Amino acid sequence: MTQPATPARRNDPAGPPKTSPPRRGDPRAAPGARADVRTLSLLGVLAALIAVGGLTRPEEFLATSNLQLVLTQASVIGVVTVGMTFVITSGGIDLSVGAIVALSSVWATTVATQEYGFTGILFTAVAVGVGCGLVNGVLIAYGGMVPFIATIAMLASARGLALQITDGKTQIVTVDSVLDLGVKDANILGVPPLVLVFAVVVALGWLLLNRTTFGRRTLAVGGNPEAARLAGIDVRRQRLYLYLLSGLCCGIAAFMLIVLSGSGQNTNGNLYELDAIAAAIIGGTLLSGGRGTIAGSLLGVLIFTTITNIFALNNLESAVQQIAKGAIIVAAVLVQHRTLREGRGT
Amino acid sequence: MPQSPVPSRRGILLGTAAVSAGAVLTACTSNEPAGKKPANSPANDPAPAADDRPGKAVTIGFAGPQADHGWLNAINDNARARAKKYSDVTLEITEGSNDTAAQIGQIQTLINKKVDVLVILPADGKALTQIGLQAMRAGIPVINLDRVFASPQAYRCWIGGDNYGMGLNAGRYIGEHLKNKTGAKVIELAGVDSLELTRQRTKGFDDALKNYPNITKVARQAADFTVESGQAKTAQLLQAQSDFDAFWNHDDDQGVGALRAIAQAGRDDFLMVGGAGAKSAMDAIKADDSVLKATVLYPPTMSASAIDIARAVAQGKGVGGLAELEIPATITLYSAVVTKDNVDQYLPTGFS
Repeated sequence: MTQPATPARRNDPAGPPKTSPPRRGDPRAAPGARADVRTLSLLGVLAALIAVGGLTRPEEFLATSNLQLVLTQASVIGVVTVGMTFVITSGGIDLSVGAIVALSSVWATTVATQEYGFTGILFTAVAVGVGCGLVNGVLIAYGGMVPFIATIAMLASARGLALQITDGKTQIVTVDSVLDLGVKDANILGVPPLVLVFAVVVALGWLLLNRTTFGRRTLAVGGNPEAARLAGIDVRRQRLYLYLLSGLCCGIAAFMLIVLSGSGQNTNGNLYELDAIAAAIIGGTLLSGGRGTIAGSLLGVLIFTTITNIFALNNLESAVQQIAKGAIIVAAVLVQHRTLREGRGT
Repeated sequence: MPQSPVPSRRGILLGTAAVSAGAVLTACTSNEPAGKKPANSPANDPAPAADDRPGKAVTIGFAGPQADHGWLNAINDNARARAKKYSDVTLEITEGSNDTAAQIGQIQTLINKKVDVLVILPADGKALTQIGLQAMRAGIPVINLDRVFASPQAYRCWIGGDNYGMGLNAGRYIGEHLKNKTGAKVIELAGVDSLELTRQRTKGFDDALKNYPNITKVARQAADFTVESGQAKTAQLLQAQSDFDAFWNHDDDQGVGALRAIAQAGRDDFLMVGGAGAKSAMDAIKADDSVLKATVLYPPTMSASAIDIARAVAQGKGVGGLAELEIPATITLYSAVVTKDNVDQYLPTGFS
């Protein structure tokens, strides 16, 4: 769960690091220790939330079924956040994730697609996601467009296309093998399949970012693209891959959402971009690029989902929920900064 | 009856009378079998109303919001199909928009084109009041559909659904089912909480439940009319309440998600009532294989009725089945409760 940061910081002329990242507990490894403090403070916030939930509604909150519920609710946005973390780490942004999820989910649930059953739906969802990611990537990497503009354009067109495909209607899924994945009987040793997918995506994302050349290149491009280019990294191709990766995550998330909601709707994935960015930033990924943490993003997503869960269990109004959510985001970030400063002082 | 600027509650309840007059609901029966075809053309029944004979040629301008929701889509379909039915009606329909400024521009264009009568479903009723006034001053009668303008001077006739009545009828239906059960518990899944209509629905529901002292509402959460939010909020509600007797969901679109969450949790120990009247909900009520036993209507056929009214106003006629010489100033539709017993009658009006 811990997240060793890599030394490829901004202005680091060395580009991709030649040594392996420092480990936890190594007193000399300042960046690693800082990332640890960050992750620990997030764990503290999560623990505090769990305490609140456990105290206010002990029976319902601490039940196994609730753990399954929270993890399931976190899984869809969680997968999107993993892709977003990579893009932000590279210094980019993907504002089109929610729209891509919507487009993938409606394309994969049209009557025509449903004729092809489970594989047809899965393939279409992933292919549409990757396709949108490809367009984003080409526009940004080779078309020289600013990520903010290119992905906002994708947001508009993907939402529009989703609306056109559905004609504003809710497309109900009738393929049983897809629907069955979302019910209790499908749980593997008590773990819902969606949570399993989420876990695999997080694990692969962590490995990819922290243990591969691809991950180091991502950090290098985000830290200082010019230095990365001088170090021999094909920055453009790297950027293309990153938006493809984000699109892929959206495609997977769209399929998960189809399983979860048993339908495709053009309103799906509403404001996912903001949720994913917020979770990644709270987790400790730097909005300006050069630093990214999958474990932090995971914690960010879990904190948000747990807040929603606690509020719903305590039957609080949505207005109160929104106010408190904002306050908790601010509190979490302040706690993080404080712990970081103290950590640096010692 | 004094005219109210906000007629949603106190308007004339015409619904059933209109049905018997053959003017509103039955006339919107689709001729298509309720098959799997996604297309529905709900308003082309040949059933003749009193003034079905061709009269003076009328051009009706129709401006609505963007049809990004099943119900709004059905509003457009119903209006189009109804207009096509009349040989003397030409329909000028604008591209829908949720942007107030854009919708004002579209209506302005219709005014400049000198249409005979306007049917307006504003994206935001209060914000579009001025353009309604402007049209009325230019001598173009305005039929205000569903979302009411801030001033009665801005429309000749308001026709719309009854959000308070939806809640009331849902509460009554649940109340009648649970009246003999001591300590009965109900939960509510509301729609977008920032909308006034959601508050009205909840108010109606609460007021109805006051008649049954044995029933307590133990939880209420708000979703946002989407399947996704319906699934998420219902899953949380089910987790929070291990034992309750009835569940009212404001909107059948989010109800698709709610039913999914109920199936996922494997729960079937309560009665569920939906809202709005989507085809998928009516299918489930007819099949009687889930907890969903009823839905309270918010009929999209109101746009077909609005076309009828617009045509009658432009031709200077009254409405069939009533003694009045003039079209009423406000018409509030009745939120009928659709159950297994009467679902066949309403199924053709269900939207997807």
